[in-house]
Amino acid sequence: MTEQNSKTKNVWVDFRRILPADNNLKWLLIITVLVFITMSALRPNLFFSFDNFSSMAFQFPEFGLLAMAMMLTMLTGGIDLSVVGVANLSGILAALILTRVMPVEASATQVVLYSMLAIGTSLVTGLVCGLTNGFLIATIGIPPILATLGTMEFFTGIAIVITRGAAVFGFPELITFMGNGSLWIFPIPLLLFTAAALIFAVVLNRTAYGNQLYLMGTNPTAARYSGLNNTRLLLRTYMLSGLLAAVSGLVILARTNSAKADYGSSYTLQAILIAVLGGVNPAGGFGKVMGLVLAILTLQFLSSGFSMLRFSNFVKEFIWGAVLLLVMVINYVSNTRRQRREAQKQAAISVSKPTGMI
Amino acid sequence: MIVMIKKLLTKNEFFVALVIIGLCLLIGSINPVFFTVGNLFDLVRNSVVMGIFSLGVLIVIISGGIDVSFTAVAAFSMFVTAKILVPFNYQGSILLPFAMSATIGILLGLLNAVFISRFKLPTMIVTLGTQSVIRGFMLAFIGAMEITNLPPAMIAFSRSALVTVQQGRFKYGLHSSIIILAVLALLVWFILRKTMLGRGIYALGGDQAAAERAGFNVRAIQFFIYAFVGFLAGVGGIVHSSLVRTARPFDLVGSELSVIAAVVLGGARITGGRGSVIGALLGVVLIVIMNTSLILLGVSSFWQRVVLGLLILAGTGIPAYQAKRRAKAA
Repeated sequence: MTEQNSKTKNVWVDFRRILPADNNLKWLLIITVLVFITMSALRPNLFFSFDNFSSMAFQFPEFGLLAMAMMLTMLTGGIDLSVVGVANLSGILAALILTRVMPVEASATQVVLYSMLAIGTSLVTGLVCGLTNGFLIATIGIPPILATLGTMEFFTGIAIVITRGAAVFGFPELITFMGNGSLWIFPIPLLLFTAAALIFAVVLNRTAYGNQLYLMGTNPTAARYSGLNNTRLLLRTYMLSGLLAAVSGLVILARTNSAKADYGSSYTLQAILIAVLGGVNPAGGFGKVMGLVLAILTLQFLSSGFSMLRFSNFVKEFIWGAVLLLVMVINYVSNTRRQRREAQKQAAISVSKPTGMI
Repeated sequence: MIVMIKKLLTKNEFFVALVIIGLCLLIGSINPVFFTVGNLFDLVRNSVVMGIFSLGVLIVIISGGIDVSFTAVAAFSMFVTAKILVPFNYQGSILLPFAMSATIGILLGLLNAVFISRFKLPTMIVTLGTQSVIRGFMLAFIGAMEITNLPPAMIAFSRSALVTVQQGRFKYGLHSSIIILAVLALLVWFILRKTMLGRGIYALGGDQAAAERAGFNVRAIQFFIYAFVGFLAGVGGIVHSSLVRTARPFDLVGSELSVIAAVVLGGARITGGRGSVIGALLGVVLIVIMNTSLILLGVSSFWQRVVLGLLILAGTGIPAYQAKRRAKAA
């Protein structure tokens, strides 16, 4: 068998070095490229244009950050359904500082100071919300689904009470520039997202925390017996998730120049879809940032493409649900097939091994 | 006798009942309007649909899963039924709308069952997906306009009352849909407590692998569970649209959280294996009282979601923490 491999290897060796090694990532890359090509072919003037690329680059960081928050929690085998609620609540608190606390005739330095205060408040809110989630899940022991379902209602409810359901709008130019401006050709939200993704990847792959996270997600009991503090890990994870959600809330605030308690209601499902599409195993332990990024891009291409094809929001909702189900079925089928092949290989090896002569 | 009382005290359902009584007394003392016949009949009217849904959610939760798609199934079933019957100017009995809606509900429930049972996918994410698929499909391809000229049978049903009480100029009626709820509750109770299928559902919730090894046909049980939830959703959908006298496709979705909260508050354990019909119904009563009485207490309805969230967290947190303490002590 090895002889055959070395013959074919010489032909393909360069090609293989370019493609990602992981099988799932390979498929994901192919899908992303295919979707891009299809959408470009269907609406060449609209889709394959700088304006569209620019507009897409402004749109996807919002739910991309939420998807990262979702992925973090799913790596532990849990889920965070409250990310949108956290994003909205932290956005609203920041918005209130920018509109109610900051004096109307503020000088340039004052604007900067108040903006920093607003951003800081938002991030702290995200951390506190995340800590609440982590506390309920790790210390009290509520299953993540229910805990985050409850906190989502709670956070959104608080946001509604504070704003009476209305939107808060009218922010200084500094803020709106961050959401709608670009540095050269790169939209600021895109830069923010890229920075976050890079940090995220480093944290997951190169730090002790990231390593422990994957270990805990794969087998919490084994992790505990290995000396890992599961409670602290979970607390940290949900706090980070809350932080990312708050950043997403800030991006939404900056881009739309407003903050409302019920924005992004479809983002929760999309975030889960992106995480699952990106290769994150809902049971925990598996998932790569590269996969997540590819999934985010795919979803954005589909979303923009569908808008150009004049699909209504309802059709999009239908398609997101259908894609989620389809992807999970495909994952299941390919996983069982791989397991069966592995089992067959093991059986073949054990049969062919000569008994007694090793 | 003492043993019976002791046993009663350990039951979660007993505490929920106590909380309900305490809440009623509290609200009633602040605003005596609470205890009027009109208000109480109103409470019943508001609870029936949620009660029917909660029976389905109860079964799913006992089996260890979560279903968030049932409101979409209910909306879809009732909307399609209305869409079909209204152009034909249907004049017949109320039984056909119920039968049609229930059948559509069963079919949609089987869709869930296929993904959960055959492909062994996690229930929460599957039902999130099917909720989107069903709702998106309905709004995109079937219609998004509400239907106001429902068949006369449904209008008559919405006016029917079991008991009417005359108070001054107003007539209050205890809506007859409570019979439907009672019958279904009895049916679910019977299935859960008196049949092997019910034992299987509890076993499945306790430990799926163990249930399989004990000989339960887990696949078949799961198919039944989700088809049955679909059936209940279909029935609930028709009751709802009769009560509001319109078939609104945007209705119902968004309330699934309240139903899950009600079932969990009533003592069903989210991890599976525990739960009762009485508990689920008591939980529904508690949630409905909370939702409708905030206004009577002078609390603005903006606080509804906050209260709901706190209820969910309290209802799941307290038993979860107790279980943790018990596990540590062991």
